[in-house]
Order: sequence, then structure tokens, then C-alpha cells
Amino acid sequence: MSDTRKITVATCSLAGCFGCHMSFLDIDERIVALVDKVSFGRTPLTDIHTLHACDIGLVEGGLCNDENVHVVRHFRQQCKILVAVGACAINGGVPAMRNRYGLAECLEESYLYGVGVADPQIPSDPELPLLLNQVHPIQDAVKVDYFLTGCPPPAEAFLELLTAVLENRAPQMSYALRHFD
Amino acid sequence: MTTTDTFPRCGPYPAAAPFAPIREELTTRFGAMPDRLDLLQILVSIQHRLGYVPAEAISWLATNLGLSRAEIHGVVAFYSFLEETPPAPYTLRFSTNITELWQGQEANMARFKDLPNVRALPTSCIGLGDQGPAALVNGYPLPRLTATRLDAIARAIASRRPVAEWPAEWFKVDPNVRLAGPLLEFAFTPGALVERVLAAGDAAFMEMLRASGLRGRGGAGFATHAKWDACRAEVVPEKYVVCNADEGEPGTFKDRLLLSDHAELLIEGMTIAARVVGAKQGYIYLRGEYLWLYDRLNAALEARRRAGLLGAKVCGAADFPFDIAIHLGAGAYVCGEESALLESLEGRRGVPRIRPPFPATHGYRGRPTVVNNVETYCAIAQLAGIGAAEFAALGSQGSAGTKLHSVSGDCAHPGIFECAMGTQVSTLLDLCGTRDPLAVQVGGPSGRLLFPEEFHLPLDFSHVSSGGSFMVIGRERDLFELVYNFVAFFHHESCGFCTPCRSGSNIMLNALQRIRRGQGTEHELQIITEAAAVASKASHCGLGHTLGNPFQDLERGRPAVFQDRLRDSPDGTVLDLKRAVAEARALRER
Ligand SMILES: Cc1cc2nc3c(=O)[nH]c(=O)nc-3n(C[C@H](O)[C@H](O)[C@H](O)COP(=O)(O)O)c2cc1C
Ligand code: SF4
Ligand code: SF4
Repeated sequence: MSDTRKITVATCSLAGCFGCHMSFLDIDERIVALVDKVSFGRTPLTDIHTLHACDIGLVEGGLCNDENVHVVRHFRQQCKILVAVGACAINGGVPAMRNRYGLAECLEESYLYGVGVADPQIPSDPELPLLLNQVHPIQDAVKVDYFLTGCPPPAEAFLELLTAVLENRAPQMSYALRHFD
Repeated sequence: MTTTDTFPRCGPYPAAAPFAPIREELTTRFGAMPDRLDLLQILVSIQHRLGYVPAEAISWLATNLGLSRAEIHGVVAFYSFLEETPPAPYTLRFSTNITELWQGQEANMARFKDLPNVRALPTSCIGLGDQGPAALVNGYPLPRLTATRLDAIARAIASRRPVAEWPAEWFKVDPNVRLAGPLLEFAFTPGALVERVLAAGDAAFMEMLRASGLRGRGGAGFATHAKWDACRAEVVPEKYVVCNADEGEPGTFKDRLLLSDHAELLIEGMTIAARVVGAKQGYIYLRGEYLWLYDRLNAALEARRRAGLLGAKVCGAADFPFDIAIHLGAGAYVCGEESALLESLEGRRGVPRIRPPFPATHGYRGRPTVVNNVETYCAIAQLAGIGAAEFAALGSQGSAGTKLHSVSGDCAHPGIFECAMGTQVSTLLDLCGTRDPLAVQVGGPSGRLLFPEEFHLPLDFSHVSSGGSFMVIGRERDLFELVYNFVAFFHHESCGFCTPCRSGSNIMLNALQRIRRGQGTEHELQIITEAAAVASKASHCGLGHTLGNPFQDLERGRPAVFQDRLRDSPDGTVLDLKRAVAEARALRER
């Protein structure tokens, strides 16, 4: 990476809780040092909606609907390095807890027979994304270059990732950044 | 069956049977202060009589054996057949070895899934592969499960008919000898061979044993004289001979025949061993699946005691006290491994020991112990009868004697075949009436998968060594399912002590499941390959060393079986979006 060029980072949250994004922001004042070296592409942090070619794509959350799949595939096309961020992206995480039930069962519980449901009906607006029958980790749909483990990964892990890419070396996650007891 | 049987057919079990009456019976059998070494035997008795081990029994054992409850719980948890939850009136354990699955065992099990009063559980091979599909009902074997038989069983359960009153015909296990040879036809007067050894002297017998070249029949093929020599060399008063009747290798049932119809030969062989190595006590470690043989074997032992062939003066020799007791296992394949067997014999969890030291010098209770397979002891007696030269001439170069093969699977005549060592695989295939099979699994899951191009190989220690399992795999079978079944078996039976085996079998099974579901890629194959390699090198015992064999054999011999199932996905992705949203689309249109 030449010093004169900034690297661009895109991020997205698929079937996740935004906790990973929040953790990214926990790099706090250390962001100041990055400002000269990193710029954002598409990301909910700055509300940029269009994705162009960029260096790093950070993907939070797994795949629970077809839109998630399109987004992650688009990220794969546009990002040199694609990173699965957090337990949901890597394993499906909390949303994947529905995998032990059938899709119909889940929808019926939520929209037909659940407690306090008024006007029971399964949503069918064509604008709504189609749910996948199971929640998948993102590597089921795209090749992933790096995995940032944790729920969420610590801010230092994001920092190390960006620093490593800036220094043109492989990221090195110390034990503390991979161990969560 | 007489009422004096120690292990009669039991059930239907009440939901919570009182422990007190059993306690008295236990006190009679094991004494008021039972030995810690008897823990497993007591647990097996309680389990069989009550259908479970109640908390009350655990407290009683803890007090009387001076053990913590946790330790007892640990032993109960180790063995598949011991349970702490109150039982169903009837428990059916269906043997799920691959040959029996191929005979429709899955559906047989499903037949009982939702019936009241009965639990239908899978279990590893129960030693009835020649007359399967088979199951155990409250521990007793039900071979030849046809649809009619299953209906009758379901009716007996529905009417809560006591298992003791179920027709004897349902429990009848055929000897099923298809080809008898010099061992099975060997005739002798009980005690005569022991007397011959007494007359000739121990050293003379050891020389005969060495000259015969007899090697162990349990699978590993260790030279028997070397093992006995090591035990003889130890100068201590207390030594043991142990018979390994665990016969856990799926597809093996030749020891079943020896135990049921040739117990005299086995006991004769054990007695000779005791004389030669200097042991006063012997044990037959009988697998829990063969509980039905317990009382029969006990009767054989009792008859020999009455005849003066066991006891304080065996064959009248004042310097030869020797007796034999039977210890039951409780559903753990790893207990066939000799050091795990000794742990189990001492009443503990069957976790293999660190070796060396080997059992020959540090065995049961840390004393020198000879552990041999059932068939080995029978061959010892035969050897004493016919002499080294004749014995060696029965086999091939480096593999003396004959070998019993338990033949099952896709053939016209499943059963037991006694063949000279060195008999070709193809010859045995002809004998058992099979035409052009796809493959043969020799020696069980831990053995070798052979393809037609290898059928010319001789069955002996130098070529294809076998513990006695011979599963014929017909043209129409799917070899992937074979490997999957074997890996699931190892995964279930891994004792969990060491990581390469405990985790390796889990990693392999998960990856195979993904391939089976059509989600596997090259990545899965690579994971399995690595896990198999690590387990074969770094495991603590033979179970881990061999658990990769089925996969490795198939991958080497017929790689297409795996390749054809892999998704074409160079980057490892597996999601098929169209299929993944099909259900949601259908729901939306509903
Ligand atoms: C996992 C495992 C299971 C075994 N199961 C048996 C068995 O069921 N019966 C047996 O005789 N040997 C079994 N063996 C082999 C024994 O450890 C031992 O080698 C054998 O009992 C020695 O007897 P032999 O020399 O007469 O063959 C097993 C070994 C392993 C590693
Ligand atoms: S990994 Fe944890 S923090 Fe990140 S999206 Fe999932 S649940 Fe939220
Ligand atoms: S190899 Fe498997 S069975 Fe043997 S000690 Fe290790 S975990 Fe137990």
C-alpha cells in the first residue's frame, strides 16, 4: 500500500445486531490516526449506500434472506479482502437459533399463533426479502479471506486488521483478541 | 431358564422398583462389605434387575465401597448399558452395524418409536450379524427380526407380557457353523490336556508353544509364547489369566460360538495357561451383549469344579489351585482393548492405560496378567492335544493353525467358517455363496476394506490379518454409507480420553455428514484426511489408531465414491439460493 493512497473500507450489517459495528467504533480516539489513511465506501456508519470497488469489506451478521445473499455477493465482487466479522457472520450466531425449527413454524409462531398477534397473516408483500429456509454463515455463499471472531470482536481486533493491511502484512491476532472468557 | 439364574430374562420393569430386595441379594453374592473391584459387577446386576441404577443404590454403594458418589456416577456414565434414569418397561436396543442397517434395521427401530412402554435405541453390533437384523430386549438377544416377529414382539409389549414368558424360540441363537475344521471338531476328555501339560512340565509346554508359532486371535496377532514368557519371568506369587470375550469388533461373532458350544475347550486352554504362567485366578471378561451366555458359562465352570478340574487342586495337583470367574462388561467397545479391559475388570471406567508397562508384567491389580482372546485359549488346548508340528502344519508360513471367520452381509450362507490360515479371500467368498461382491470388510471397521482386485490375498498375519469379522458387501450397496456407519461407530465408542480420537472422530463424522447432505466440498475431504492422519499417529490406543482406516481404504481404492458426492465448489461455498428460498416463496403464495 503506498503512503499516498488511502485504503477504502466498506461495511454492512446483514442478519446481525449492529453490535459488531458498535465495537468497531470503540477504537475511539485511535480513529484519528486512521483518518489520513482510511476512507469509507458503502457503510451504515456514514450512510453511504452505493458500493464501489474497495480494499476491505467488513461483513457483520449471517445470511437470513435473499437480500443478504445478494449483498454479500456484491461485497465479494467489489472488495479485495472480505472479512467475516463476529459470531453471526462466522457461524450464523443468534439468528441461526431458528435453524432447529422449520421456516413455516417460525413464521406461524410469529405472525399467526403467537401471543398478542392481531390480524394474523404471514407477511407477503413482494418488497420484503424472501427468508432462507435456514440461516447461513457468510462463507456458505462467498469465499471469505479473514474471520474476526467474537461477539462482538474487540475494537483492537479491527484496529489490528486495518493496521496490518496498511502495513501490507497478514493480521496477527493475539490470544487476548481471540479468547472470550 | 431356572430360577437360580443370576441373569434371568427381566421386565417389564416397574417405573421405580424398590432397591431393598436387591440389596439383600447383592449382599449374598458380593458379601456385606463388597470389594471396590466388584463395583461394575454390582452395577450390572442392579441395572439388569431394576432396569436402572437408582440414586438409592449409588448412595448405598458409596457408603459400602468407600467411594464418592461422583466416582460411581462416573462409572455408570461410561457404560452404554448402565443408566440412572428410571426405565421404560421394555428397552429394545437395535444393532446398527451396517450389514443390519442394510437389512432394514432403521425401519424396525422406527416401528417402536412411538409405542408406549418401550424405548427403541440404537446400539453397536451385538454379535448376531449372521442372524440379523437383531436387537436386545432388556439385555436379551432377539435374532432374525422379521416383520411377523416384530409384530409379535409389539403385541407382547402392548400386553405387558413378562420377557421371561416370551417364547424361547424368539431368543434362539443358532450356532450357525457353516464349515468346521480341526479346531471346532477337536475332541478331548475334559482335564486330559491339563494333565498332559502337568506331566510334561511347564517348560516343555512353553517350548511347544514357541515351536507352534501360535499368534493371538484377537486381532493384533501378537506371538502368544512371547506374552506368556514375559509373564512367566515375573517372580511374584499373584498372577492372573484373563480371557478377552469382549468381541466388540462389529461383524465378529465367532467367540459367541466358542463360548456357547465350546466352553470346555476355552476353560481347558485357560487352565493350561494358568498352570504354565503360574496364575491362581482367571477371569472371563464377557461383553454385556453376551449376558445371555453368563449362566450357561457359569454352569460349565461349576461342572468343572465338581469334576475337580477347577478349585484348590486342579486335576488333583496339590501345587495347582486355580479358579475362574466371569465378569460382565456393559456396552463399551473400547473395553476389548486389553488395558481398558483390565480397568473395567477392576470395576472402573474402561479407559486404556498407558503402555508400557504391558499387562504381562503389570496387569490386573498391577500383577502379571496374560490376556488372550477366546479363540487363542481354544487353540492352546488344541495345541496341547495335537502338538506343535501338526498345529503349525494347519496354517501358512508365519501363521500357524486355523482361523474362525464370522461371515455376514450379502451372501447366501452367513455364519462361522473355520479355514486354514492363508486361505484366500476369494475362497471364503466362494464358500459363503456370494457372486461378484463389490467389496469385503475384513477384521471389522478397524480392519481392511478389500476390493475385487485384492481378493486373491491370503487371510493370514502376513497378508490380510483378521480378528474374525468378514462382512460381504454386495453390488447394490453404497460404500459411502459403510464408511459413514463405521466412523459413527468409532465416534460413539471413543472413550474420550485423548483428543486426536475424541475430537478427530467428531470432526470426521461432521464432515461426512455435510458430504452426505450434499454440502461437502474438497475442503471436507481435506479435513477428514487430516483428522484421520492425526488420529492414526497421535491417539492413545488402538481405537484411535484405526478409526481412519475405513475412510483411508475407500479413498485410496475408490476415490470416486467421495468425489461424486462433492459439490463442485472450488471456493468452498455451498449455498443454493434458489433452493434456499423455495420454502419462503411457497409460504408467500399460500
Ligand atoms: C479398541 C480395541 C478393541 C479390541 N477388542 C478386542 C476384542 O473384542 N476381543 C479381543 O480378543 N481382542 C480385542 N482387542 C485386542 C486386545 O487389545 C488384545 O490384543 C487381545 O485381547 C490379545 O489377545 P490375543 O493375543 O489372544 O489376540 C481390541 C483392541 C482394541 C485396540
Ligand atoms: S456477532 Fe454478536 S455483536 Fe456481532 S452482530 Fe452477531 S450478535 Fe451482534
Ligand atoms: S484413542 Fe480413543 S478410545 Fe483410545 S484412549 Fe484415546 S479417546 Fe479413548
